[in-house]
Amino acid sequence: MLSRESGATLMSAITAFLYREARLQDEHQYEAWEKLWTDDGVYWVPANGVDIDPERQMSIIYDNRSRIALRVRQLMTGKHFTQTPQSNLRRLISNIELMDEQPDDGDIAVASNSLIFESSLRDDTLWAARNEYRLRHVDGELRMAHKKVILVNNDKAIYTLSFLV
Amino acid sequence: MNMMTGVSPWERLIRPDRVHGSLYTDPEIFEAELKYIWYRTWVYVGHESEVPNANDYVVKSIGPQSVIMTRDEQGKVNLLLNRCSHRGNQVCSYERGNARSFTCPFHSWTFANDGRLVGYAFPDGYEGQDKSQLALGRVTRVESYRGFVFGSFAADGPTLKEHLGGAAETIDRLVRTSPEGEVEITAGFLKHRVKANWKFILENECDGYHPAFVHTSIFGVADSMIGKLYGGASTALTRDYGNGHTEIDLRPEFRKRDAPMSWFGTSEERLPDYATRMKAAYGDTAARGIMIDGTPHVMIFPNLFIAEIQMFVIQPLGVDDSVQHVTALQFKGAPDLNRRLRQQTMGSVGPAGFLLADDSEMYERCHRGVLARNPEWIFLGRGEKRERQDELGFTVGHVTDEVPSRGIWTHYRKLMEPA
Ligand code: FES
Ligand SMILES: [Fe+2]
Repeated sequence: MLSRESGATLMSAITAFLYREARLQDEHQYEAWEKLWTDDGVYWVPANGVDIDPERQMSIIYDNRSRIALRVRQLMTGKHFTQTPQSNLRRLISNIELMDEQPDDGDIAVASNSLIFESSLRDDTLWAARNEYRLRHVDGELRMAHKKVILVNNDKAIYTLSFLV
Repeated sequence: MNMMTGVSPWERLIRPDRVHGSLYTDPEIFEAELKYIWYRTWVYVGHESEVPNANDYVVKSIGPQSVIMTRDEQGKVNLLLNRCSHRGNQVCSYERGNARSFTCPFHSWTFANDGRLVGYAFPDGYEGQDKSQLALGRVTRVESYRGFVFGSFAADGPTLKEHLGGAAETIDRLVRTSPEGEVEITAGFLKHRVKANWKFILENECDGYHPAFVHTSIFGVADSMIGKLYGGASTALTRDYGNGHTEIDLRPEFRKRDAPMSWFGTSEERLPDYATRMKAAYGDTAARGIMIDGTPHVMIFPNLFIAEIQMFVIQPLGVDDSVQHVTALQFKGAPDLNRRLRQQTMGSVGPAGFLLADDSEMYERCHRGVLARNPEWIFLGRGEKRERQDELGFTVGHVTDEVPSRGIWTHYRKLMEPA
């Protein structure tokens, strides 16, 4: 059990981390964003609900670490046309919570809500999601080992989602 | 029909090498398409494996209409319209499940999963009423081909087999990729919405001209062999099967490579279990041939696209509003292959896919583009002078030629002509 003081320190580190991740995503800083991941990172955006089995069912994104790298490299070509020109983005991160159930392996389970405003060639689109993270201290810095983005409308037909969500 | 000239409006909008931009943007044309295409010709609805057990159901669609595909107690597949025969409420509001009957939430009429009205609430008041006249609406004709279930709202017309014509063979070619000869649709669908007319999607599926440009970002960073299949030096073909069905036939390229599973960027060694089962099922020589040829890349008019490893179902919702329902193909008896199919499909399609996101971006930009007043026409003449007939009499051209689009529009015009 964390003391109140160290709990507050951890929480402010986590909050700073999530805000930073949000800004890197909004500003298309792909390489800096990629560095936030651990070597075994998993980036998951399920479809059709909260708890599908991504090994059996289709997800919107289900990237292991090498596919995260591929996604970033595709964006970096400047020829991923759905991000050429890039979407203008701003997202709000809120309701950051340290979850009660902490994994045994020392990772930190954190959740937040996010609301993203996307302005693209198509139109302006609002995206809302519940984000669940497993964060890990690596060389004294926080990293993402797992990020699950549960879009509120992931059971419906959604427009192209080619920015980093 | 224009009485003065005897020229139908369609003849003025659809020419051999070009079509008028308004065909994609005119809301009246969209309404006419619903009537003369979507509510008349054979439309793909779902796959039998999506309702494997008695009383299973899954909600599908024909155009904007919601259709419940059920398997009744007798094992028969029904296509019911999701509209209560009392006052029109939707009787089913879950996407899938298992139910013997559907009870309408409004006044509690209950329908069996074969569509029969089995009971009303407060039956007194309905004296002398003939329940059999108050069944759920049905898709008029339902037929399936190797598990693929199609529906047609026309009471008569060609059978499904006649409609599929030469393209039926591509489905045969698909299912034999399974050692048990069956496809299973079990991985769930991604629903990707685009602000574009459905025909931009339809034509893009067998457009072998664009991949080298639209998908350059992913071909450049992934060690994918797909890019070469669509180059100027490719021996792959485009084919028009008639009835609007079109294909990109990649077999000439795969046969040149002469390496089993190369169509899927892998090898027999990496799928030993699959290769063994295929040989046991078909014999060594035939299995080798199947594993070299790979699966088809075929667009069954108007809405079923089979793209090697995945399946897309096109749904038009409005003149500029469409949904691509996409899923990984799964082959019965091939678990090691299926896992890779799911992984690769997830990477490439859907709203965040490496490939489909860029295709979708192109449809949307085309749609906005054709709203411009001139030039009024879309030019589809590529390869017109080098078309030829294959051994079976189907028109073929180079993989980058616009044979498929011309075939689609010829058939489209035939369907729309009565309008
Ligand atoms: S509308 Fe269905 S019972 Fe009345
Ligand atoms: Fe494409």
